[in-house]
Amino acid sequence: MSTVLTHRQTVRRPPRYRLRRNLRETAALAFAVVLLIWTLAPIYNMVMVSLDSKGDVFSNDIWPAHPSLDSFWIVLSEGYWYLEYFWHQFGNSIYIGAVTTFLTLLIGSLASFSIGRLRLKNGWIVSNAALLTYVIPASFLAIPFYSIMLKYGLANNLWSVIFAEVTFATPYAIFIFHQYAVSIPMELDEAARIDGASPIQIYLRIYLPLMAPALVAVGTYALLLAWNEYLYQFMLLSSKRSMTVPVALAQFLNSDEAPWNYMMATAIIYAIPPVAVYYAFRRRMTAGLTMGGVKG
Amino acid sequence: MSSTTFEAARTLSAPSQSRRRWRVWPGGLKGSEFTWAIAFVVPYAAVFIAFVAYPIVYGLWMGHDPELYSELLSDPIYLGSVVNTVLFVGIGVNLKMFGALLLSGFFMRRSWWTKGLLLIYVLPWAVPALPTFISIHWMLNGQWGLLNNVLWDLFGIDGPGWLDTSRWLALGSVIVSHIWKWMPFWTVILLAGRMAIPQELYDAADVDGATGLNRFTYVTFPLLANLYLICTLLSTIFTLGEFNEVYFITGGGPALSTHVLATLGIRDAFQVARPDLGVATVMSALPLMIPLVILLMRKLRTTDVQL
Repeated sequence: MSTVLTHRQTVRRPPRYRLRRNLRETAALAFAVVLLIWTLAPIYNMVMVSLDSKGDVFSNDIWPAHPSLDSFWIVLSEGYWYLEYFWHQFGNSIYIGAVTTFLTLLIGSLASFSIGRLRLKNGWIVSNAALLTYVIPASFLAIPFYSIMLKYGLANNLWSVIFAEVTFATPYAIFIFHQYAVSIPMELDEAARIDGASPIQIYLRIYLPLMAPALVAVGTYALLLAWNEYLYQFMLLSSKRSMTVPVALAQFLNSDEAPWNYMMATAIIYAIPPVAVYYAFRRRMTAGLTMGGVKG
Repeated sequence: MSSTTFEAARTLSAPSQSRRRWRVWPGGLKGSEFTWAIAFVVPYAAVFIAFVAYPIVYGLWMGHDPELYSELLSDPIYLGSVVNTVLFVGIGVNLKMFGALLLSGFFMRRSWWTKGLLLIYVLPWAVPALPTFISIHWMLNGQWGLLNNVLWDLFGIDGPGWLDTSRWLALGSVIVSHIWKWMPFWTVILLAGRMAIPQELYDAADVDGATGLNRFTYVTFPLLANLYLICTLLSTIFTLGEFNEVYFITGGGPALSTHVLATLGIRDAFQVARPDLGVATVMSALPLMIPLVILLMRKLRTTDVQL
């Protein structure tokens, strides 16, 4: 009896099963196409407009009539009046990103070393302070932050932006470092201490080398945060020479003669480094992603 | 997507034990070690005090005058932006999270092209906000935008001016753009959460005859619910403070009708030059914000999540 049943099943199932599977696969593919269009539409638009020549921007084409890379060349050669400091501003973005990354790694690792490895009493106050910073939306803190930067005399100074980015990047750093450090055995510290190492030596010779993967993850995060952030850079940097690329770009958004093809070319050039960094370090930086819901 | 994501989500969805160990410190430090420990914390403490605690206190002081709030309440633009904020957060976050939940299921498929699709799908999140929102701003232009051009070419429909004719169209555009930008991120998180569910549970459910929807309601969702809730809370808090979408896509227009609290606050402070009013605008979100933060903190603590 039972053998008959199983025999029937094996004979009957394949055609129906295969049909259903094919249907499913087709439906999934159709859905994938829709998802692809949804995802790429704004990015396609960016590329399309950047390939337009000046007159073609205001047309009803959905593909540039005369595609050319002129806009990119104009941006790279600073050949338009709003782009006159492009490379300087690009440099500002890099400078802010690099210093923010360094300070975030330094301050974050020192703090997490102290509360996690040296077991500072009441270290939970520090981690709660970090959690508090993490859940305050940056835009809510912007106005008093700006007033205070005026008081400190740092307005229109790249350092004010660096401080802002470091402030919002370190909580994430502390959490990721702490989480990662749990996997490093305490016995290493103890052994070093018995051999007479001071905390600073343990930090430099044991903690930092073993934390390298976490340092890379957090460093990438801090770099992208500083590069992509807009609001604080817009508030705090006002002169053309101290501006960063996004601030300069946004200034032209609402002007009457916004040169859309140049703006889109600028936008693409500005977006390429973070996208490249993202895809290069994707696997590493997604550690503790929930904390990394990039703010701003 | 990767093993680290996987672990992060696993610690989020499953109870872990190490939080307690972290919070209670046995013994004390001696002499010079204590000095070192303090010295190592000082930089962060300085950053926190100078750039977080002081601004918070200063902001509270700036916005302490009750008259500011009565001024706000008599301002129709402010009241409109409160409605906008509630709609933006309420609709935006829920659609985004629900979409992310469904899509994370889709990306669990094992066909060869799903991995490639996922790489492209996370692009909106990888590209900085400003370029894409500027692009969307231009794409939705009524006269020259890509969307209306496509609508005309494909269907012969003369599309509306999405951003400058009606408040609801503009607000809808902002919400859709927000979903476009942030759904990939939450999809990746929930995908990691799904991958952390042991396959044996599904095998056991299969033996019991569970199919399709049953698998989801009795196996996946109960195990994912906690992660989903925490993500939704976090996302609500972040979205409340979201500035870029509205600022770059509608700029608050048409006629200041699509501002949310975050953008209206910045406008009051910098364009109207009333920083105190701007702070008051932003602070009026606190009654909504503080319960969410407390709920989130409690949720994180009771589930012993390691962040």
